[in-house]
Amino acid sequence: MSERLDVRRTSKLFIGGAFPRSESGRTLEVRGHDGAFLANAARASRKDVRDAVVAARAAQPRWAGATAYNRGQVLYRVAEMLEGRAAQFTAELAAATGDAEAAAAEVAAAVDRWVWYAGWTDKFAQVAGSVNPVAGPFFNLSAPEPVGVVGIVAPRASALLGLTSVVAPALVAGNAVVVVASEDRPLPAVTLAEVLATSDVPGGVVNVLTGQRDELAPVLAGHLDVDGLDLTGMAGATVEELAALEVLAAEDVTRVRPAPAAEPDWTAEPRGVDRITAWCDVKTVWHPKGT
Amino acid sequence: MSRYAVDLGAPAWEYAPAPEARELARLGTVPQGRLFIGGAWVEPADGATMPTHSPATEEHLADVAVAGPADVDRAVAAARDAFPAWSALPGRERGKYLFRLARLLQERAREFAVLETVDNGKPIRETRDFDVPTAAAHLFHHAGWADKLDWAGLGPAPRPLGVAGQVIPWNFPLLMLAWKVAPALATGNTVVLKPAETTPLTALRFAELCEQADLPPGVLNIVTGAGATGAALVRHPGVDKVAFTGSTAVGKDIQRALAGTGRRLTLELGGKAANIVFADAPLDQAIEGIVDGIFFNQGHVCCAGSRLLVEESVHDAVVARLQHRMATLRLGDPLDKNTDVGAVNSAAQLARITELAAAGEAEGAERWDTGCTLPDRGHWFRPTVFTGVAQSSRIAQEEIFGPVLSVLTFRTPEEAVAKANNTPYGLSAGIWTEKGSRILWLADRLRAGVVWANTFNRFDPTSPFGGVKESGFGREGGRQGLAAYLVPAGEGGA
Repeated sequence: MSERLDVRRTSKLFIGGAFPRSESGRTLEVRGHDGAFLANAARASRKDVRDAVVAARAAQPRWAGATAYNRGQVLYRVAEMLEGRAAQFTAELAAATGDAEAAAAEVAAAVDRWVWYAGWTDKFAQVAGSVNPVAGPFFNLSAPEPVGVVGIVAPRASALLGLTSVVAPALVAGNAVVVVASEDRPLPAVTLAEVLATSDVPGGVVNVLTGQRDELAPVLAGHLDVDGLDLTGMAGATVEELAALEVLAAEDVTRVRPAPAAEPDWTAEPRGVDRITAWCDVKTVWHPKGT
Repeated sequence: MSRYAVDLGAPAWEYAPAPEARELARLGTVPQGRLFIGGAWVEPADGATMPTHSPATEEHLADVAVAGPADVDRAVAAARDAFPAWSALPGRERGKYLFRLARLLQERAREFAVLETVDNGKPIRETRDFDVPTAAAHLFHHAGWADKLDWAGLGPAPRPLGVAGQVIPWNFPLLMLAWKVAPALATGNTVVLKPAETTPLTALRFAELCEQADLPPGVLNIVTGAGATGAALVRHPGVDKVAFTGSTAVGKDIQRALAGTGRRLTLELGGKAANIVFADAPLDQAIEGIVDGIFFNQGHVCCAGSRLLVEESVHDAVVARLQHRMATLRLGDPLDKNTDVGAVNSAAQLARITELAAAGEAEGAERWDTGCTLPDRGHWFRPTVFTGVAQSSRIAQEEIFGPVLSVLTFRTPEEAVAKANNTPYGLSAGIWTEKGSRILWLADRLRAGVVWANTFNRFDPTSPFGGVKESGFGREGGRQGLAAYLVPAGEGGA
């Protein structure tokens, strides 16, 4: 009896809730830590970035308009689906890094991080907002609102926990996301897209692109329909490279979270809600009090 | 005569002149030709000066110093030297300096109001009742924060950033100074502030208050000058944080200049606010709100309600009442306590307003102004309203920063939202309706940092103010405003 041949997955992009190949027809060979061939990931193009931003823009109002309780349940559902796929993620991470033990820990931490951010959806506004005691007969309330579409360059090394740590907080307030996955280790992002697709996250709220970071990041940074730009995954880039991206972002006053000097230690618990509020603007509403 | 005119009774109110005493400005004692650096009055390295004029009379008021790169260097170095001691001071003590400044400003409020009116051209009623008291309130409010920063929302013992470079506009010179300086100093930063080219005098006078308050040398440095001085300051490598209020074009320049530096930035930029009036609105109040929204401070307000969106069924009635009300606005001597509309701040700004108004006419909108008599000298523009304005028209898209209102119509709340959000800006918006649920529905959907419902142009130190989209980022005022000047303990910063 012959051994069964496994059915391999075609690695695709995730745009608008669908799984297209790159419109460019290009792929990027993905190899493991030992040099073994793993897959051909789609190599997204400029056009794919634009399609993803269009999808994100279209999906964002409905996501922001969902109740915070609903967003919380959806993000918790991501954790549930991720947990169920733990073995697959662990294998993918281990193939990328060669460390099976660390891979399992990273998957567990990623699940927990989705849970942590899921719980914030109906709480962070109370932390970041305020009732303002103005000197006059006015009701005065400030509350954070999502900026809209956030473009994210995902961390390079931590392909699942790092990715989760930048994407999940952007979703909490109701933003839609276009994320460029780790160029070296894109497969966990592709699998996470499959998790998102089965987690009641509306199509287009998260769009996942695989490909070459330095080709895609400038397109994202310069896109006039991107409201926030997270350059966390540019850690280690030169000052000139970072400046070029931020100059592109300045064209429409895009909010930028600059690149850290080195990739953060994602296993550390988040310190606060700064990755949530980074993608929010505070709105203040006034109304007179009277009879 | 407008085609919207109805007989609401002729507004024929006469007023006797009631001028405030100009001598109170004490122009002769304004520090001329010198910068306030390291607690001392110093001449700029190259001795350069520039004149400042009265927008209302065009008379020469003073020659103030123009800070060059060497002077900006010196000011940043002074702020850097002052930073360790200032940031190490117990918050309670830092706060007491700010309380002193608030009190000193209150004590000399009348003098500051007159000086501001003379230098800026805005009515004394506004400087007296709004600019100066609100500036004092900002100082007082933030003074109390200095020893309560553990509750700022950044965790225990947040730290200041270092030296803040702050560039402020000419429309609310003293108030913008207070908005910038108060949170920066309360949080333990030191400051180099550049006032606007055309309105430097109250900032120089404020430096005197710092002397009277015994503020440690170098904690607040004031460098006067034009665009080049501001450009040198925001690009200075010794500056850890830049705060800018002004045009979107300059804001983008600054964001580009800081790209890749990791320096912190907040921007409060232009606006093109929609003031949305529904058929069920309390019309008398709405008319007052519309007038206040666009003619307050000659329309030199970034959050001015410069686009009036009126529900179609009440368009003619609203425009008629608006024009009737506008006819009562008194334009003229800013020092007269009865004056509603003062002088346009500069010849350059008047040229811009004139050019955009001409473009509005050329693009087919119907122009109406009050026809009031303009003084012989100075820079003046009549309160003006355009009806029949297309959404694509320049006067519906571009910030005019003058007393010019563009009127558009809508039929449904959805259309009002779509039109209101149809600009690159997002600073403020107004809603006029008696229906509470509609106010809250709209407030959720309007892309603006501040929404005024059944009121307009309200400001308070406890209330976060700032924009979305191309109106900038960051907030000023309240707990949220402190975040612009702090980092959590253990994170980067000075």
